[in-house]
Amino acid sequence: MINLTIDRVPVSVEPGTTVLEAARQHGIRIPTLCYLKDINQIGACRMCLIEAKGYRGLQTACTLPCAEGMEVSTNTKDVRETRKLILELLLSDHNISCPTCVRQGNCELLRLSQEAGITDLPIKGELHQSAIDHSSPAISLDATKCVLCQRCVAVCREVQGVSAIGLVNRGFESRVAPFFQAQLNAAACANCGQCTLVCPTGALTERDDTAAVWEALHDPTKHVIVQTAPAIRVAVGETFGLPAGSISTGQMVTGLRRLGFDRVFDTTFTADLTIVEEASELEERLTHGGTLPLITSCSPGWVKYAEHFYPTMLPHLSTCKSPQQMFGALAKTYYAEKYGLDPKDIVSVSIMPCTAKKFEAGRPEMNASGYQDVDHVLTTREFGRMLRQAGVNLKKLPDSEFDSPLGLSTGAGVIFGTTGGVMEAALRTAAEWLTGNQLNGRVKFTEVRGEVRGIKEATVVVGGNVLRVAVANGLAAAARMLEKIQAGEVQYHFVEIMGCPGGCIGGGGQPIPPDGPEELDEVRQARIQSLYTIDEMSTIRRSHENPAVQALYREFLGEPLGEKSHHLLHTHYQVRHPAGVRTGR
Amino acid sequence: MTTMRVPTRISSLLELEAVRAAGADVIALRQAMETPITEAPEVHLLVCGDTGCRANKSPLTRRTMEELVVEHGLADRVKVVQVGCFGFCKAGPVVVVYPGGTFYCHVKPQDCAEILLRHVMGGQPVERLLFTPNPKEKVRFHTTVDLPFYQGQVRRVLKNCGLINPESIDEAIAADRYFALAKALLEMTPDEVIAELKKSGLRGRGGAGFPTGLKWELCQKAVGDVKYVVCNADEGDPGAFMDRSILEGDPHGVLEAMAMAGYAIGAQQGYIYVRAEYPLAVERLKLAIRQARERGLLGKNILGTGFSFDIDIRLGAGAFVCGEETALIESIEGKRGMPRPKPPFPATAGLWQKPTLNNNVETYANIPQIVLFGADWFRQLGTEKSPGTKVFALAGQINNTGLVEVPMGTKLRDVVFTIGGGVPKGREFKAAQTGGPSGGCIPAEHLDTPLDFESLPALGTMMGSGGLTIMTDTACMVDLARFYLEFTQDESCGKCPPCRIGTKRMLELLEQICEGKGTHADIDQLERLAVGIRKGSLCGLGQSAPNPVLSTLRYYRDEYLAHVDDHKCPAGRCKALTEYQIDQELCKGCALCARSCPTDAIVGEVKHPFSIKIDLCIRCGNCYDVCKFHAVVR
Repeated sequence: MINLTIDRVPVSVEPGTTVLEAARQHGIRIPTLCYLKDINQIGACRMCLIEAKGYRGLQTACTLPCAEGMEVSTNTKDVRETRKLILELLLSDHNISCPTCVRQGNCELLRLSQEAGITDLPIKGELHQSAIDHSSPAISLDATKCVLCQRCVAVCREVQGVSAIGLVNRGFESRVAPFFQAQLNAAACANCGQCTLVCPTGALTERDDTAAVWEALHDPTKHVIVQTAPAIRVAVGETFGLPAGSISTGQMVTGLRRLGFDRVFDTTFTADLTIVEEASELEERLTHGGTLPLITSCSPGWVKYAEHFYPTMLPHLSTCKSPQQMFGALAKTYYAEKYGLDPKDIVSVSIMPCTAKKFEAGRPEMNASGYQDVDHVLTTREFGRMLRQAGVNLKKLPDSEFDSPLGLSTGAGVIFGTTGGVMEAALRTAAEWLTGNQLNGRVKFTEVRGEVRGIKEATVVVGGNVLRVAVANGLAAAARMLEKIQAGEVQYHFVEIMGCPGGCIGGGGQPIPPDGPEELDEVRQARIQSLYTIDEMSTIRRSHENPAVQALYREFLGEPLGEKSHHLLHTHYQVRHPAGVRTGR
Repeated sequence: MTTMRVPTRISSLLELEAVRAAGADVIALRQAMETPITEAPEVHLLVCGDTGCRANKSPLTRRTMEELVVEHGLADRVKVVQVGCFGFCKAGPVVVVYPGGTFYCHVKPQDCAEILLRHVMGGQPVERLLFTPNPKEKVRFHTTVDLPFYQGQVRRVLKNCGLINPESIDEAIAADRYFALAKALLEMTPDEVIAELKKSGLRGRGGAGFPTGLKWELCQKAVGDVKYVVCNADEGDPGAFMDRSILEGDPHGVLEAMAMAGYAIGAQQGYIYVRAEYPLAVERLKLAIRQARERGLLGKNILGTGFSFDIDIRLGAGAFVCGEETALIESIEGKRGMPRPKPPFPATAGLWQKPTLNNNVETYANIPQIVLFGADWFRQLGTEKSPGTKVFALAGQINNTGLVEVPMGTKLRDVVFTIGGGVPKGREFKAAQTGGPSGGCIPAEHLDTPLDFESLPALGTMMGSGGLTIMTDTACMVDLARFYLEFTQDESCGKCPPCRIGTKRMLELLEQICEGKGTHADIDQLERLAVGIRKGSLCGLGQSAPNPVLSTLRYYRDEYLAHVDDHKCPAGRCKALTEYQIDQELCKGCALCARSCPTDAIVGEVKHPFSIKIDLCIRCGNCYDVCKFHAVVR
């Protein structure tokens, strides 16, 4: 252990610990803006400046390793004044538009300014000008609010291995942008939105689609339906200050009705349907020598990433549409037919934890119903904002139930929202199908659970068949796995890939933790835990046992992989340009 | 000339000595001052091939000379040799004739025949091409020994510049190149090399003056399976060209020193990071590396010692910040050139996180002689804490612009008035600017300051890499600060806010003051920003960016106040605050001003007083400069 003092408090830390981490471990808050532990420790923002006896000038705590006998002061006159000046400088080049900024409730720059005791803005000057990049259907980039902390760049490069954005120009003209100053929609961007989760200000945000949804809700000629992804129910509470992982399914449903949706459905229903189709596809590929491993396709970030970065792997992707898109196709066909609605009058909205879903809904091939299957995609954050705009206090709402028939689901569908969840749900069904009976009641496949920064592997023996499966979350981890698959180092039958760390619960459209992205790990864990809790409490825990799914096949689809399924529930992929260049760890 | 067999591949000290011996006559000839030229068995015409003289078409002069030599059937006896910089750039293209060392200035192709026929053949120097500080007087200086420009100079680092053909490794070896490497490899342990360097007291010539021996030692002791040696040739200060001239005139000295560094710290690979705007230096480095590899002086098993070392070149794309060592390392790694926080220092985690030794060109160029002649020899020049010499690029409003090497501790006055020949006639020395955009000013009252690592910071400036820009009474110090801030804010990498935004804000304030729109509060704000940016910036670029402002505020606050309070620019530089008029009494109507006016703002009739149309005047000051009757007033 290394012994040092921070603000005269003696502390002991493991060798290699930075002064910043040492301070945090001992309850001393050193402000940061660019810091993301293990992802972005570059000393850029200068917020964490401290003094250390014997060290030249002011040092950045995020990069300075603790040394034996070190005497650190985090709150000297020099430190305070310099930090304050730097904040004043940042504010002097910041598009201060707090009243209209979506981040006004959780802006880190605002918080730091308050903590630094900034009461006026004495530094004036030219503001750097930049048009907002609205080109992407998923993510908006407003460089006039950017503080160039580079957290987005680091997450994109290190966690996602995508490097769709970087710094362009230099000095005062420096900007975060795709390379060669391309627009976001012209970059090899997966639309995962992880950048929006770590942005300290309103520079990188989800593309706001709330206005279009309000428009539809206020239109008496429209029948507006909504589907909510499994990951919303364990996260939306955070937008009202509830602890991470709070389960608010019933209140969420009530809230959506209060907003004026005509029917409130559950994407979990089509998650179950996805499992039935995908398990059938796996069975088909296993028995007829199809391309293996079969790789899941429900994460649109992952799908677009594959189209840019691994075009040769596209035949491995399941042809199953994502649950959102299966829902969209059914809503304007099966549901419309069943209730005598004209699909042109149906406005289909989805609430997703995901920014990439916005892009997915707009894919030209996603019109199996003859219309755009899903009209508008809102993230959890936009949903939270709509509730506030409508004066609905989620916390005070009574519970209510999803509408049927597209609202009935199983525990297996719910765990789609976490990494390993699709795999587990598929195994529950596949195990039973392959063995021909219920697998001694086995529903828990804990070997594929957990948010591991890497790859989870498992070998499952089902009815004499050995199934080798693997799970990756986060695109950099996915890439590591794909490299091994391509090199023939590993052989799997079935692989689950989720674009975001932790799976959908960690999606780029989820609520931003109030104390910044450092809490993300903890928050994701809490949300995952809650999904498993819902699963535990579910009476039906295998997708194929969902009676509404069974009815759907009986009344409408016929059989899994049948012709109607093929038309409505399956899709194809395309090679996308620019070709991605893999980066990161 | 001797006809000894010259080994192509040099694999022992003996063979290295053979190469040197083969070229000994050449070097001796180029140092021969007394031999009468008509009796000399061989004559060498040394033509400067450095960028400065090349810009004045020295290659054309050289080719003309070569053709004439052949034409007159003199090819056996007369050799035309391209050499590195003589330093006296003002006189370029320079041609020096040996034996005798006759120093010809501004030699154009049409002058070549006269030099060849009258001087080389006839033994009569061409007087009109000899240097004179004043063309009206008869005083002519014949050789480098006589020229005032070289009085007080000691060329150690530049010893081979202007002596050898930088494109010939044989000439380099004849001038002792690679003998220091041989000595280190054959007679010294790595510890002994480092000990000698520490004893010499050599300090980094890139600007910060960090003890070089200590740096080598830190790197040697750093734990790492692989280590790297890096040469920083990303010289970027406006007006500075020391490193460029060294690389263009004597590239092998740097290669040799880097190999020694590899031996001392335990590295096998070196990188020279050189800016792409130095195409000639790059070309000569590439050639030198290729020759050294061919001869076995780089690569595997150098001189049969088992020590292997190779060097590659990495080109910088023109970002000033890449001269900062961590940004340079990022750039070599193929990333955007942005500095990393220190610690960790490159000595422990540098290139690809491996221990990395990074020295500047001039630092390396000092090392072979320290190893060859010893630390005590090195310390004979310079001061106790700043031993050795320093190369300065003398520029600005000075008569003799050029490259100057003087012992550390030489007084600024001697550099400006003896070597530099003083300021242009009619002007008054105002200040010397050192350290480029990171430095500050030395005002006239401190002309007797010794130039060394201790004295300059005491005046609020710094040694820097060697830029020495002279200013006279026509320089506005607020405008000077504005110029440097314009430079640093443009060159800021953008990584940290104090530099990225802070320099911009300082520039904006300076621009306001230069336009006469500044206030006392602006000056206060400028100072507050300067102090905060210095403390808060990540790297040396940002930390030192406020120096030109702090320095000029320290010595020339009255000029700032004149801009703010009186809306006047005392030096008449700031256009918004300067208005030109023609004194009708003094004007003789010669029309010189009207002819020099780029916007035809001056009107009048010859032999009658002229006048200036203010709405057309762009305040360039041409009329003020050309008027012989002081009739243009501002």
